[in-house]
Amino acid sequence: MNDAHTMIETPNRTRKSVRWPSLRAVVMLWIPSILVAGIILLPIIYLVLRAVQAENGLDLILKNTTLLTILRTILLAGAVTLISATLAVPLAWLTTRTDLPLRRLWATLTALPIVIPSYVGAYLIVSTLGPRGMLQEWLEPLGVTRLPAIYGFPGALFILTILSYPYILLGVRAALQNADPSQEEAARSMGLNPWQTFWRVTLPGLRPAIAAGGLLVALYVLRDFGAVSVMRYNTFTRVIYLQYKSTFDRSAAAILSLVLVVLTLTLLYFEQRTQTKAQYYTNAINAKRTPKVVKLGRWKWVALTFVILVVFAGVIMPTLNLLYWLVRGVLAGEVIPGLWLSTRNSMMASGLAAIVTLLAALPVAIISVRYAGRVSKTIKSITYLAFALPGIVIALALVFFGANYAQPIYQTLPMLIIAYLILFSPEAVGAVHASFLQVHPSMEESGRSLGHSPLAVFRKITLPLIRPGIRASLALVFLTTMKELPATLILSPIGFKTLSTGVWGAVSEAFFAQAAAPALLIILVSSVPMGFMILGEKQPHKT
Amino acid sequence: MVAKSFKLLIIMLTLSFILSACGGFTAEKDADSIVIYSGRSESLVGPLIEQFSADTGIQVDIRYGDTAELAATLLEEGENSPADIFFAQEPGGLGVVAEAGLLAELPEDLISLVDSRFAAPNRTWVGVSGRARVIAYNMEVLSPEDLPEDLWGFTDPKWKGKIGLPPTNASFQTMVTAMRQQWGEEDTRLWLEGIMANEPLFYEKNTPTVAAVGAGEVEVGFVNHYYLYRFLAEEGESFPARNYFLPAGDPGSLVLVSGTGLLNTSQNQEGSLTFIEYLLSEKAQTYFSDKTFEYPLAAEVSPSVDLPPLASLNAVEINLADLADLQGTVQLMQEVGMLP
Repeated sequence: MNDAHTMIETPNRTRKSVRWPSLRAVVMLWIPSILVAGIILLPIIYLVLRAVQAENGLDLILKNTTLLTILRTILLAGAVTLISATLAVPLAWLTTRTDLPLRRLWATLTALPIVIPSYVGAYLIVSTLGPRGMLQEWLEPLGVTRLPAIYGFPGALFILTILSYPYILLGVRAALQNADPSQEEAARSMGLNPWQTFWRVTLPGLRPAIAAGGLLVALYVLRDFGAVSVMRYNTFTRVIYLQYKSTFDRSAAAILSLVLVVLTLTLLYFEQRTQTKAQYYTNAINAKRTPKVVKLGRWKWVALTFVILVVFAGVIMPTLNLLYWLVRGVLAGEVIPGLWLSTRNSMMASGLAAIVTLLAALPVAIISVRYAGRVSKTIKSITYLAFALPGIVIALALVFFGANYAQPIYQTLPMLIIAYLILFSPEAVGAVHASFLQVHPSMEESGRSLGHSPLAVFRKITLPLIRPGIRASLALVFLTTMKELPATLILSPIGFKTLSTGVWGAVSEAFFAQAAAPALLIILVSSVPMGFMILGEKQPHKT
Repeated sequence: MVAKSFKLLIIMLTLSFILSACGGFTAEKDADSIVIYSGRSESLVGPLIEQFSADTGIQVDIRYGDTAELAATLLEEGENSPADIFFAQEPGGLGVVAEAGLLAELPEDLISLVDSRFAAPNRTWVGVSGRARVIAYNMEVLSPEDLPEDLWGFTDPKWKGKIGLPPTNASFQTMVTAMRQQWGEEDTRLWLEGIMANEPLFYEKNTPTVAAVGAGEVEVGFVNHYYLYRFLAEEGESFPARNYFLPAGDPGSLVLVSGTGLLNTSQNQEGSLTFIEYLLSEKAQTYFSDKTFEYPLAAEVSPSVDLPPLASLNAVEINLADLADLQGTVQLMQEVGMLP
């Protein structure tokens, strides 16, 4: 690690950039950022309002089982994050920098598991790898009558890792595309082998992206309800939800939800500690060069096997299983209702959510880098606060504010998009922020000195440079909105069906064929924008 | 290039926002339509709702969701709720909304269409269709003769590791509530402890429990009766699970209902009452019998599948709206380790 610091020189620039913002910056950046932070704080305000009504708040938190549950949750979040990073970093590198065969196909496919609703993913895993699942059926001739139970920690770990490693993957891919290859080339010319170069130069440069993605994975585990329910692993969110569902005690649920917010703050603190004062841009002002393709040579087949295994577990296996449900049901005479409207709604809602969230994230990310200081850091942290909260909590908060204080937009599309913004803002803020860190401020300064307006500089210089981060942000929000459920059910315009609500309504009542069709469409429809996005990426050049 | 597409994006975005916002303003519902919050899924009741609109000319806007989450939504909305009707999968959600004073009292002639045990004593909701608690068993390893007369039989150690149940499911919890009312706290605790001693496997809901019985992961499952028919429809008669109705008539064969209530704040009480009446009509009751394989509760429609008559099943009178009771059940289940 220390070698990294010699390469990535310590800056005095960050000091310099702590400056008093101009009026224009206040209007264009600070006011929008504060507005965004205000919107994202709504669920927290709601929780506090509900929590103060509780009679036995402290007892709830101090209960032994609660503390044990928190520990169990942290254990799962830590394990999922670690394994996700171990999968995602090599995948990102292989699909951006190397001559891996069909590289762009794998780049698209490896991002897709994130669109699978977690309860569906968990169901599919149980019906494939469960004690008496499909795998056991295939092994039956060999005398295997029962596989070890997948329920509990291993099952939850497996399914959550598969569903959430793309958080790290997409961010790291963006960082790899942004990184200036000259450092790696220098390292190579100084005699480091490719392996050493990766560990000492490439990986340390990826640290902000890995930390940002890892934070999202950990928070996603905190908030997940579906997968841990099917796997029966009692995380904190599951306990809150079950208590609420059985007793309808909103105040108790609010207090426990606030514990999740505290956990989030703790994780944020650690994530920010990983962002040292190091500088992640290079001083080479000249146009960034595209990196050279790394030839995998005989490692090609090992790499390919690894990628195929991940794609098999995360995409192929679920898809085959869904196809099986579909064909079996249709053969038995099940009728599959038309899905055109749901597909259109899903695409529209997810597309709008991706764009709005990006626009909201941009000012926050800009001030957190260019005006680094306590205030901007706080604003950035606020955008993360709601991310660990279960979707239903955010939905109910918006019901409370919407129905009572914003009736005209209550249960309209704009309201739904605001819910998505609250739910997914860290995905966009994280991706864009990591990209910004890689842009040398003097690039912008020289643009200004040439007489361009800040907006023109942003459009002509900054925007092209942070394009990988923008892509990652759009992709993440789009994909996660595709599967979002609780807010969509409660806050969408009435009668607004999406693919994910279709899957849920059918699977919960054991209409498997009816659930399979929209679930397959979610995967299919998501792969199209992903594919285009990957095709639009800058390619490493062959030598 | 980038700048241009960026501009275009912003313009499109603004436009779509204005359009959708206008949509929000203009979608004032016409006076004849009704808004339903439905905890029953579209797969189950969608066709029936369409039929209702076709038959009565009343337009229906429907929001599908989870019963508990919709109940919470109604509580948060309070007087500003756009909903006219709450159609719930189980009475727990109706009870909590009624307790908050949000449900109107239904007319006596509507309530009297069903047996008094299937409606709220304070007339805030009425049951629409019923399901029975059953034992789903795997017919490859068990035959009905192997199964006990009553729930107590499953505390026998020979069932160790063979029982599946969904402790977090509202219907299962209601069954435990019924036990507490019929048997008393002590016996209920004994039974729960006896079951726990047999190391049952927990499932999230009825559906995965039935799936596990079919797969042979467990031999018996404590579930509601109608999920089996879904599996038979999807997988054919070869699906190896069947239902067993406990003959002893204890809470193990309790009948639970889905129900509906009318919001106090409804702007279209007349249309809403027409809807509730429709649900209890012969046409709708036949739909529940034929399509969702549930027990019809009114209009003297008989169950279509091979079900024992409703009258032969348990007639426990419990007030499902009683929250204190629900909390007691949850606490008891937590104490024996069945709930986290």
